[in-house]
Amino acid sequence: MKSKIFPLFLLIFFLIIFFIFFKSLQNSNIYVPKSNIDKDIPNFNVKKAGKNNIINSDEIFKNDKFYLMNIWSSWCIPCRDEHPFLMILSRNKNIEIIGLNYKDNSENAKIFLKEMGNPYNIILLDNEGTISIEWGAYGVPETFLIYNKKIIKKIVGPIDEKVLLEIEELI
Amino acid sequence: MKLIRYSIVIILLLNFNTSFAQQDNLQTKITKNLRCLICQGQSVYDSDSEFANSLKFLINQKIDDGLNENQIYDYLKDKFGEWILYDPNFSKNTYFLWLLPILIFIIGGAIILKLFILKKN
Amino acid sequence: MASLIGSYSLNLGFCISFLIIFYSVKNFRNSNIFDNKIALLTFLQFFFVIISFLGLILSFVNSDFSNETVFNHSHTTKPLFYKISGTWGNHEGSLLLWLLVLTLFIAIFLLSSKKQTKKYRILTLMFQQIIIIGFFIFIIKTSNPFNYIFPIPNQGLGLNPILQDPALAIHPPILYLGYVGSSIIFSSTLAATTLNDISIDWAKHIKQWVLISWIFLTLGILLGSIWAYYELGWGGFWFWDPVENVSLMPWLALTTLLHCILVLEKKLVLTSWVIVLSISTFTLSMCGTFLVRSGILNSVHTFANDPERGLYILIFLFCLIFLSFFIFFYFHKIENKSINNFFWLSKETSILINNWFMMYFLTVVLIGTIYPIFLEVISSEKISVGPPFYHKLIVPFLIPFLLAMAIGPKLRWIKSNLQNKLYLILYLIISFLLSALIIKSLGISFLLNTVLVSSAFYLFLITIRDFFTKKFKNLSQNIAHFGFSLLILSILFNNFLSTEIITNLKIGETYESEKFKISFENIDKKNEKNFQALIGKFNIENKNGDNESLQPELRIYNQPNIVTSEADIKTNLFTDKFMTMNLVQNQDYFNIRYQIKPLMIWIWFSVLLISFGGLLSFIRKYEK
Repeated sequence: MKSKIFPLFLLIFFLIIFFIFFKSLQNSNIYVPKSNIDKDIPNFNVKKAGKNNIINSDEIFKNDKFYLMNIWSSWCIPCRDEHPFLMILSRNKNIEIIGLNYKDNSENAKIFLKEMGNPYNIILLDNEGTISIEWGAYGVPETFLIYNKKIIKKIVGPIDEKVLLEIEELI
Repeated sequence: MKLIRYSIVIILLLNFNTSFAQQDNLQTKITKNLRCLICQGQSVYDSDSEFANSLKFLINQKIDDGLNENQIYDYLKDKFGEWILYDPNFSKNTYFLWLLPILIFIIGGAIILKLFILKKN
Repeated sequence: MASLIGSYSLNLGFCISFLIIFYSVKNFRNSNIFDNKIALLTFLQFFFVIISFLGLILSFVNSDFSNETVFNHSHTTKPLFYKISGTWGNHEGSLLLWLLVLTLFIAIFLLSSKKQTKKYRILTLMFQQIIIIGFFIFIIKTSNPFNYIFPIPNQGLGLNPILQDPALAIHPPILYLGYVGSSIIFSSTLAATTLNDISIDWAKHIKQWVLISWIFLTLGILLGSIWAYYELGWGGFWFWDPVENVSLMPWLALTTLLHCILVLEKKLVLTSWVIVLSISTFTLSMCGTFLVRSGILNSVHTFANDPERGLYILIFLFCLIFLSFFIFFYFHKIENKSINNFFWLSKETSILINNWFMMYFLTVVLIGTIYPIFLEVISSEKISVGPPFYHKLIVPFLIPFLLAMAIGPKLRWIKSNLQNKLYLILYLIISFLLSALIIKSLGISFLLNTVLVSSAFYLFLITIRDFFTKKFKNLSQNIAHFGFSLLILSILFNNFLSTEIITNLKIGETYESEKFKISFENIDKKNEKNFQALIGKFNIENKNGDNESLQPELRIYNQPNIVTSEADIKTNLFTDKFMTMNLVQNQDYFNIRYQIKPLMIWIWFSVLLISFGGLLSFIRKYEK
């Protein structure tokens, strides 16, 4: 009797392992952090493009208003793909678009905006990439939709038509 | 003879450690324990991606601000999730991870002792 | 054309499998002598697989882009050497290589096992054929290297530049020889279990196969590690990356098996344990293949992956596991327990202790590697398990392990005593004092370090003593254990004494610290067939006024368009000077990493020494 329980137990054990491996085949192996939705936006000090004084994020984000914070850079290729959608969104008066220029060279950034248009109400500079990290971003482009100083949506990677519609729906 | 052999070994080993001192760097220690989100197989320390470089810079800032190691880990865990740490905390998610090997070690020892050593016929 | 021939012979080889099975069953039942037809068919199958493999190589050499594999992994501008090594640098080709080694080994097995019984040989062959058929189906169904594309593209997509490297060209074949060698151990153990024929003779016979796979696996891991050291460009040699762990697990199991068979050779005990180990060695190799090819884990060493392939290997893997289960529980008769009584101070006990620790290390690596997968499925939380975990759980256990490794071989079989063993304690004191001195002068006042170094020194000194006192008795064991102590010592001191500087420099700038002055002198450009290189010229002056010039490279490969950074390494007997240079996005400076890594060459050398120990044992056995 005893000799039969042990093999049975092992059999079940291996079946469970099989099942778990089987399940995990369907998961993606690339890690994307959980979006910190409904979190307060971080507080940070930042320089505006073309200006020298440092301002606090509280001066930028007001309550009761929608903001779209877009992390971009002139050297980032997907940013070029999403730019037209930002241009469309910039015509919407309900939302203010804030650009966080990630590790960019100011000359190249200017050329980029000249070529592609400037959708941003304010451009902030993130030369060291540390402000992006405060936001929990790790690449370019990333975009945050903000309302009442809370993040209500986070988009990793370029904005496309679908995302654009979702944003327009929300505001 | 033996004495000569040992003294050679000692001299060799003592000789080259005068030229390098230990570089005890908190930033290195922390970044080695962080996993890079861009190239997901590497540590932040090893990686040269933009994200990793920024993170190294940020960690220096945080150290200057007077945060200790665990505070920096907590800060990053809050931003990017537990995944970013290579050294998983001992929590309800990782009880098995840390204890199972030790448990198996103990059970293994017990089996050896019982089956082969203590048994007297 | 070559591709077509390859494809046909692959299918023919597959068909032969069934013929082999058919004749084997017939022969097993009806006759007392081994039917030579079966051997002939086995060689024929091997021949067809070779033709198929050569066909693939030829398609790569000729850049025949009508073949999908060639198209995806090759390019006309690639040097010939990498066209050839590209054959097994991809998923499809590497599986064909697996199959080639599988058929090669079973052919060798048939040639070298003529002294064994007919039934045993045929059964081994049949179990091996089951594995071979599994791989045939896997290749033909999910990863056929001979898929045809039409219209024929003009140019291929090229080989990932980090794979264009001599060490990595020979790394997979060597590693597979190790992995696949364990398949023979697996089949032969199942055959012997079925026949209830686990004997001392069988142990002697299978030990050769254990040694072969162990040597190749050790060398394969070494090559992979060397490659990672200079090619991945960040100066480490072991990252506890899942793909590395996956190769370490069968190695640990094989090493355990190797020691266990030493006992089995002397007297017939631990048979069940040997069976379990043999089965798990191959299962772990297969499990590794599954984890790597299915893309469940993410690692620095990526393979093109596809869930369908993962599913196939998974099912196949568990079929093999359940098959061996069935055989183990149905046929295996548990040995007479009365002889299982070991005296506490004997070689048998020391080998048990080795097994105990090895199994522990294996568990740590196994759990560390697959735990995140399990956690994600069960609770959908994602965590990472990295170097700190392994270090914390493995390093403290190394101390008793190293001590046991030094003392174990000194003990006699059956019963040993403590007479004339006073020197063991004397050596322990010497090594402790020695390491305390060294650790103190290094300024790392950490108790664990001292104890760790002294246990490594202990093994080191004891094995050195044995070279003088024991002369050639047990030489292979002594060399391997000596190599291991050297490995641990080199790794420890490499860890203690590594220095590193990371800085950003523009051309013409100089970085100064208390210890060095690094000047970035200029940049050269060079055009090669498959890449363009930017070579940075650096001069490093240390505080003694010694100058060293290092030239790390940035390579811009054309096919595919990828920038890689090539380290420049100056190696001498005691230290490696290691420098890499990296592009920083949108800046005119480069990110420079300069490392001094002591004793690197000794790490490689000691692993070579370990496998040499294995080789010596193999040759001595063979001569007998």
